[in-house]
Amino acid sequence: MDAVAQAHREHWGRIVATLIRVTGDWTLAEDCAQDALAVALERWPRDGVPGNPGGWLVTVARNRALDQIRRAAVEQRKLREAVMIEPPHDDTDDRLSLIFTCCHPALALEARVALTLRTVAGLSTADIARAFLVTEPTMTRRITRAKAKIAQARIPYRVPEGDALGERLPGVLAVLYLLFNRGYDGETVLADEAIRLTRMLAGLMPGESEVASLLALFLVQHSRRHARRDERGDLVPLDRQDRTRWDRAAIAEALEILLRTPIEGPYALHARIAAGHVGAESDWRSIALWYDELARVQPTAVVELNRAVAHGYAYGPEVGLEMLPKLDNYPLVTAVEADLTARAGRPEDAKRLFRRAAAETPDGPERRALLSRADEL
Amino acid sequence: MKYMMFVCSDPEPETDDSRVPDIEVWVAENDAAGRRVTGNVLAPPSAATTVRVRGGQTMLTDGPFTETKEVIVGFDILECADLDEAIAVAAAHPMAHAGRIELRPYADL
Repeated sequence: MDAVAQAHREHWGRIVATLIRVTGDWTLAEDCAQDALAVALERWPRDGVPGNPGGWLVTVARNRALDQIRRAAVEQRKLREAVMIEPPHDDTDDRLSLIFTCCHPALALEARVALTLRTVAGLSTADIARAFLVTEPTMTRRITRAKAKIAQARIPYRVPEGDALGERLPGVLAVLYLLFNRGYDGETVLADEAIRLTRMLAGLMPGESEVASLLALFLVQHSRRHARRDERGDLVPLDRQDRTRWDRAAIAEALEILLRTPIEGPYALHARIAAGHVGAESDWRSIALWYDELARVQPTAVVELNRAVAHGYAYGPEVGLEMLPKLDNYPLVTAVEADLTARAGRPEDAKRLFRRAAAETPDGPERRALLSRADEL
Repeated sequence: MKYMMFVCSDPEPETDDSRVPDIEVWVAENDAAGRRVTGNVLAPPSAATTVRVRGGQTMLTDGPFTETKEVIVGFDILECADLDEAIAVAAAHPMAHAGRIELRPYADL
């Protein structure tokens, strides 16, 4: 039933987060969330969808948990019951706690991503295993191990405070970024989940500009998902994409977020660079400016290369060629040099460079694209 | 929650230019807060003896059994509410800056 599927998507993290706080038991929390959805599948078609589906599911799941604990340990009943009938708690805090716990740096990065997908987003272990190209038993082991470490090492179930929050938030954002990139070209469902989780996090932490910026970045990138590949499945470069196929609503939302979000970190700059491409033509001058800023905070080879491209397009190919980073055996640099050389009006040199870049690139769509550029000259 | 804190040397420590805490202060503070149950510095690995019993025979090996370049130079037993508290205590130890520290919770069997 659609209403149950929708409730699963929207409320899974909330149910699990509340039950973990109340029971302290991750497995019990997930089992009871699952049970509550099963009860909904049975009752909602008969009795109608309740006015507050999330609240309904939390109550049913909570009662399930109470039953199970009662059965398991009668002597603990009074204690647990006292905890479980406490007045309603702001479950915003629970969901934040859940995200921060799943992304705790004491867990391996892959485990953090898997645990976030399973526990916060409610994806099945089979789906997560498929996305990470491992078998289901392997993924089950990985998730089980992460949960065991949380229990054994006593990783706290809370949002860190003070300095620790500043230290831990980038880790949470990195997990979301990884999730998005997994979904960017392949499993779109992961990109959708990353956007949904980031949107939730932005709602829960409205004062954090890097969270809002990351959401804007994802929205702009994802707006191009229908135009990014051609019929053969090959990547279509940005300047050749059919811009009418971009998701305008997502772009509008991203721009609106950026208007009201101060620039306080790298994601804010990445988002503004991405937003520089959303118009009828890319705004290379402002993109070049944002790359200058980004190169100050993230002076990596990739950023330097992209910065050279932006300056080349904004102020002429010779400017870009001057700025190219000197990196050996890095085919992307040769490809960029070839492109800028062609634009500088030296076709013979460009042809030679495109062929060299192709020779340095493994066989596939990227190499085909480089060879066809060489042939066009 | 008890954590065994292995204080290890690092054969190739990366330079850490932040202010390295003082061990005396670390011990005094954590003892006063009741977070440090006990702890000590250990003699070098050359003084270590490894004991194994195989087939009823006690076999001794000179030195540590495992061949690692990092060496356990000391230990502390911490009593902390959770891992975050233990991490904060470990990060304030001078050897977290010049070496490395492993936090291992008691298994609580």
